[in-house]
Amino acid sequence: MSRRDRESAARQRMEGTPPPVPPDLYAEVVRRGGRMLRRRRAARRLMWVLLFAAAVAFTVWASMVHPWVEPPSETTPPLRGW
Amino acid sequence: MRERQASQGAGPARDFEAFVAGAAGRLLHTATLLTAEAPHDNPRARRLLTHALAHTYACWDRMRGEDPYDLARQCLAVRFARGAWHRYGALGRARPHPGSPLALLAPQQRLILVLRLYEGVGEEQTAALLGLPTERVHAVCDRATATLLHPPRGPAPAVTGPKVVPS
Repeated sequence: MSRRDRESAARQRMEGTPPPVPPDLYAEVVRRGGRMLRRRRAARRLMWVLLFAAAVAFTVWASMVHPWVEPPSETTPPLRGW
Repeated sequence: MRERQASQGAGPARDFEAFVAGAAGRLLHTATLLTAEAPHDNPRARRLLTHALAHTYACWDRMRGEDPYDLARQCLAVRFARGAWHRYGALGRARPHPGSPLALLAPQQRLILVLRLYEGVGEEQTAALLGLPTERVHAVCDRATATLLHPPRGPAPAVTGPKVVPS
C-alpha cells in the first residue's frame, strides 16, 4: 500500500457525516468577538493613558529636582585660611 | 476613518456573516475530529469553534488580503494544542468518544493528522504552527495514519482492570 493510498484511506475515514452547526453560532460569535474587540480597545487606551501619565510625572519631577545639576560636594571641607 | 467605517458599516458585517455561513460547517467538523467527540454531542468542539470565529471577527477589519479561513483554522489548532495537554492528561477527563473515527489516537496525533490530511496543510506550515521539527510532524503523521488504518487489537485499559486483585 503506497503512501498516497494510505493517506486517501485515512482521509476517507475522517470524512464521515459532518456535525450540525448550532443555529445561534453567528450571534454568539459576534457577541464574543465584539467583547474581545472592546477589551482590546480598552487595554490599548489604558496603555496610552499610563504612558502619558508617566511622561507628565517624569517631566514634573525632573523640573523640580533638576537631576542633571551636579550636587554640591559634602565630603571635602571648604578651603579656608590660605 | 470613523466616517468611512460608519458608511461601510453593513459591508464587513455581511462579509463576515457570509464567511461564517460558508466555513462553520467544515471548521466544526475539523474541531469535532480534533476533540474526538460524537458528531451530535460536541460541546468542546463548539467552544473551540466559537472562540476561533470570535477571534477572526475581532481581526476582520485589520486583515489585509489574508485568508480568514486560514486564520480561523490556525486559531482553532493552536487553542486545541494549548488546551490538550492539561485536559487530556493523567486525569483522564473528557475521554474520546468511541464513535469518533480518531478515538484511538492521542491528541497530538489527531491534531497533526487532521491538519495534514483532512485540512491539507503542508508539512512545513504544520511544523511552524505547532513549533515542532518537520521530521517529527512527518513521523507522527505516519504513525497516526498507521494506527488509524490498522488499529491495535483489544482495548488496553480493559485488560489491566481485572488483573489488579488484592491478595
